[in-house]
Amino acid sequence: MTKKINLALKYLFLTVISLVSIFPFFWMIISSTNKSVDITRGKLLPGSNFMENLNNLLSSNLGFVNSLGNSAKIAIIATLLALLVSSIAGYGFEIFRTPARDRVFNILLLSMMVPFSALMIPLFKFFAKLNSTPFKFMGLNTIVAIVLPSVCTAFLIFLFRQNTKAFPKEILEAARIDGLGEIAIFFKIFVPTMKTTYAAAAIITFMGNWNNFMWPLIALQSPEKRTVPLIISTLGSSYTPDYGLIMIAIVIATIPTAFVFFVMQKHFVAGMTGSIK
Amino acid sequence: MKRKSGTGINSKENLWGWAFIALGTFLIGLFVFYPMVQSFIMSLQTGKGNNLTFGGLDNYIRMASDATLLKAIGNTFIYLLVQVPIMIVLALIISSVLNDKKLKFSGFFRTAIFLPCVTGLVAYSIIMKSIFASDGLVNKLLMAIHAISVPIEWVTHPFWAKILIIIAITWRWTGYNMIFYLSGLQNIDNSIYEAAEIDGASPFKKFTAITVPLLKPIILFTTVTSTIGTLQLFDEVVNITNGGPANATTTISHYIYNLSFRYTPDFGYATAVAYLIVVMIIILAVIQFKVGGDKND
Repeated sequence: MTKKINLALKYLFLTVISLVSIFPFFWMIISSTNKSVDITRGKLLPGSNFMENLNNLLSSNLGFVNSLGNSAKIAIIATLLALLVSSIAGYGFEIFRTPARDRVFNILLLSMMVPFSALMIPLFKFFAKLNSTPFKFMGLNTIVAIVLPSVCTAFLIFLFRQNTKAFPKEILEAARIDGLGEIAIFFKIFVPTMKTTYAAAAIITFMGNWNNFMWPLIALQSPEKRTVPLIISTLGSSYTPDYGLIMIAIVIATIPTAFVFFVMQKHFVAGMTGSIK
Repeated sequence: MKRKSGTGINSKENLWGWAFIALGTFLIGLFVFYPMVQSFIMSLQTGKGNNLTFGGLDNYIRMASDATLLKAIGNTFIYLLVQVPIMIVLALIISSVLNDKKLKFSGFFRTAIFLPCVTGLVAYSIIMKSIFASDGLVNKLLMAIHAISVPIEWVTHPFWAKILIIIAITWRWTGYNMIFYLSGLQNIDNSIYEAAEIDGASPFKKFTAITVPLLKPIILFTTVTSTIGTLQLFDEVVNITNGGPANATTTISHYIYNLSFRYTPDFGYATAVAYLIVVMIIILAVIQFKVGGDKND
């Protein structure tokens, strides 16, 4: 009997926690169909204002569609470059292991503890300086300036290195004997066998860049360069926020990450927990 | 095998090793370590905008009498000391309840509780702000069950605004931490729990005597990452309260941002404050490893 009560309590507890976790999703979808006044009054039923909210969002001079393009470009370019650079480094640290390189690796790990706020001012000045040189295309207000600092993180190198530990080294020896060069071994043998690690790393990098707020806030100043989080933040910080329109923007901004989550949940979790293996 | 693990590597392979790690190491050096050094040099300079002169430790001395900074440090530590323990205990409880093999729908519960992680930080902050509006849903609910008689001013009351930030962060990150514990629990042999059950151990006893000690390394890891995250708290504070009312919710990172990009730029002082966070992270990480780490680590 007590066992049954115990189990019932467990279900009750998990149901409550699950409802609390899901509720804001339900809320943003319902709210995207309501007027702003109804949203701040806590209306829980769908309304008929969806098309009007959508029209308001698209016809406003904020350039929301444009910001979707900016965010997509930044997230996709950053993810592709990050996977390439970090996996090459992670592979190098593990396959060609020496005490000297292990020391370099440990120093790189320290960078995970460095808060971004300790870097943003020098980074801001660095990219501002580029604006008055021929390297203007990578100065402030450019996609390059947003992408570059996030191309290589110690976390990603660590993730690739950890997963390389399980890679069968005998294959490498065999490939070398067959006369394959080191670069060919990496691209033709290593990359295809590590698909799941790449998927996990891609998800975590894409999410981070798609949702990044602080650095774009500092480095992107002209309105047509703004990313989705910057637009949502601007909308939300006005004195009388139009929540109907904001909720549609939030729903649209959440679709790519939610899609990735539901399609590749396993890789998603692997990307997050990969660091503690 | 000629090659010994680690050191037995010929010089050609050694060169390839450096070649493989070169670009990644260079980028982290250029965008993390080099700016760190520049930050430190800047923190020894005083002046506004680009007119900086060497000021020695002036900026560091100035911090002691900066009321806004002291408030930001206080707020950050309130978040740290209240939110991180609540979230970690909650995540531990959820994951140990979910780990029950007899439980049905555990996949559904896990997915649901993890779901907040797919939201962007700016997006969920604004969702929270709308739910906690003064005549909004949460207040209506609390009034309907007679928990309160007048609406709580979640965003504009100094105390409740802090609570709102804590609720928001807990909502967003509990499921994230739970995933780490669940993957750790899968490595614990179920027979340990069965043996404890035969000995008549209560669920609470099993939790404190088996689950927590065996998950200790992962708890340590999540505590350290949560601490680093809280010390850098920015997006939520900007988008829910913008640091208000009267700096009641502002954090150190938010203050650094304001010093550099909102007020007349005071890069010297701002970088000194940033170094304060660096020092705090190092001290707290060392303490946490001392308290929670294994001796043989």
